[in-house]
Amino acid sequence: MAGIDIEGLATVYPNGVRAVDGLDLTVAHGEFFALLGPSGCGKTTLLRTIAGLEPASEGTVRIDSADVTRLEPGKRGVAMVFQDYALFPHMTVSENITYPLKVRRVAPATRTAVAERTSGELSLQGLLERRPGQLSGGQQQRVALARAIASKGKVLLLDEPLSNLDARLRLEARTFLKKLQKDLGITTVFVTHDQAEALALADRIAVMQSGKLRQLGSPREVFARPANTFVANFIGSTPMNLLTGSVASGGSVSIAGGSLPAATGSVPVGAEVTVGVRPEYLTLSIGDVSGPSIRGSVVVAENLGTQSLVSVECDGTLIGVTVPEEDEPDPGATVVLTASESRVLLYDKESGELLARQPAPVG
Amino acid sequence: MATTTEPAPVQPARVRGPAQDVAGLGISRALGFVAPALLLIGAFLVFPAVWTIYIGITNYRLTGVEAVSPSIVGLSNYTKALNDALFHNALWLTCLFVLGSAVIGQNILGFALAWTMRRARPAVRRTVEALVLLAWILPSTVVAYLWIAFFDRDTGTLNSILGTQGTAWLIDYPMVCLVLFNTWRGTAFSMMLYSSALQAVPPSQLESARMFGASGWQTVRDVVFPHIRGHVLTNTLLISLWTANDFSPFLLTKGGPNHESETVPVYIYNVALQGGELGYSSAISFLLLIANLLVALLYLRLLRRRS
Repeated sequence: MAGIDIEGLATVYPNGVRAVDGLDLTVAHGEFFALLGPSGCGKTTLLRTIAGLEPASEGTVRIDSADVTRLEPGKRGVAMVFQDYALFPHMTVSENITYPLKVRRVAPATRTAVAERTSGELSLQGLLERRPGQLSGGQQQRVALARAIASKGKVLLLDEPLSNLDARLRLEARTFLKKLQKDLGITTVFVTHDQAEALALADRIAVMQSGKLRQLGSPREVFARPANTFVANFIGSTPMNLLTGSVASGGSVSIAGGSLPAATGSVPVGAEVTVGVRPEYLTLSIGDVSGPSIRGSVVVAENLGTQSLVSVECDGTLIGVTVPEEDEPDPGATVVLTASESRVLLYDKESGELLARQPAPVG
Repeated sequence: MATTTEPAPVQPARVRGPAQDVAGLGISRALGFVAPALLLIGAFLVFPAVWTIYIGITNYRLTGVEAVSPSIVGLSNYTKALNDALFHNALWLTCLFVLGSAVIGQNILGFALAWTMRRARPAVRRTVEALVLLAWILPSTVVAYLWIAFFDRDTGTLNSILGTQGTAWLIDYPMVCLVLFNTWRGTAFSMMLYSSALQAVPPSQLESARMFGASGWQTVRDVVFPHIRGHVLTNTLLISLWTANDFSPFLLTKGGPNHESETVPVYIYNVALQGGELGYSSAISFLLLIANLLVALLYLRLLRRRS
């Protein structure tokens, strides 16, 4: 049904910047889809090109199998919620919600009914006669969502939906948004620069850099198996350890004066690689262990709440590892780091792309 | 001595402390700085205004006995004005002139230009703005001469364009010509004011309206206008007052033919310098001032009502 198909899409600005650069993407019907990337990566331009606010320079955008590349924004069946919500300050909440209907000259009685129903769905009862200026940030966001829903688009686009809310409210709104999307079952694409937000909300994530797609996958795939060192760096609240090492015999890599098990596949022994392993996937223990391991001494431990991020110096390089709060070692202690084979990822040293087809991790 | 341990109350700094104003000048020096400007304003603005009010209640004339020793005639100049058909005519023409060229002409054309130029390429926008501004900054006499050449019966540009040789536009349709002339001349101000006012409309609101499929007119009515309402009122007030007081119609038609384009400022001039009745023309000037004040008060009320 109302999926989005993007083929070879490019958006070039008059100054020659290719903000979106030859992109292929398919968003399934009812999917909650995240466009994630650092600022300037083209994610907002892509969203605006889908909306029709930026003209596509090359390629096609299809919504519900209909080519909309050259259609006016109002004719695409797309609703968009802007980062600042773009509520009309001189209209009441009710007038704001039903403005899309007013534009289409729907009778006032129908409009009132829609305002009542939509405001009920978004818990805005009793606020219909207020002005946007009299609402809290969260309420304003819900009015903007209600207005987008009232416009009966087949696709909902959200530009940085949570960035204008304060930290506490953001978590609440996140849960609300996810539930609302599931209840409505409407195909939704949202833009964010916050990897935690993308991981928490989306069914699938597209990670973008310089107008190009760097990885497309479920939050779990993107987190556990970043396709390249860019994604590896970008995803995760604690940065992934990316260390230079070389492939050793017997299914392991030697790094930082020790070694870790790795599915080396067809990578020849002795080849230089970048080894990526998340702090969450490293195990810290005291005393000897069997199998490949790295030995080092604790430099600092940072409290993250239920966990601690411990920095371990191993042969001159710092490796981060998270441990449960009660297992926090003392600074200076000698520790041993191990990891399971499936959690150790090998990247090409030059291109930064993931090497060797390793089995997908379980869980 | 040790009976009280309370510290003595701190005396307010009466002694020559630093001056209380922001610049630290003190009143006398500050007055010294503004005195020259105040003197000029007094001599060239306040005094003539008061003088006009004074001679408005005399029978002062340009020539004759009353030029040497005018006598006070009370309000008879004002009662005369109220019964003067030519003054009524001038008032009516001024209303037409203000409504046609300022409230409708300059306002709408200025907004339309600002609205269309907002998304034009910078080169196009700058060219259009420069041309429109040129009409505004040229001296009235020069502009009036250009328009006389444009409207001329025998060799006028308009007649050559339309192929209507022999049509005396300034004589047959004097008010239409004046409205066109003043719209052309004064649009720059409205255009610039609206250009900057449009910057204040958040782009996301315009794009939101676009996403809902709102037409250009719907967007202007529902999204843009509520944001720039204050600007529209301020602009309309300013251009109305300027147009009501504008003397350049005289340069095109001298009020003729047969008083058909004699707006109030032109009528005042004709009464004072052709008819020589300085006392009467001063009374009419004062009436024009009152009318302007009433218009300004009306706009201010409207402006205040929006909040």
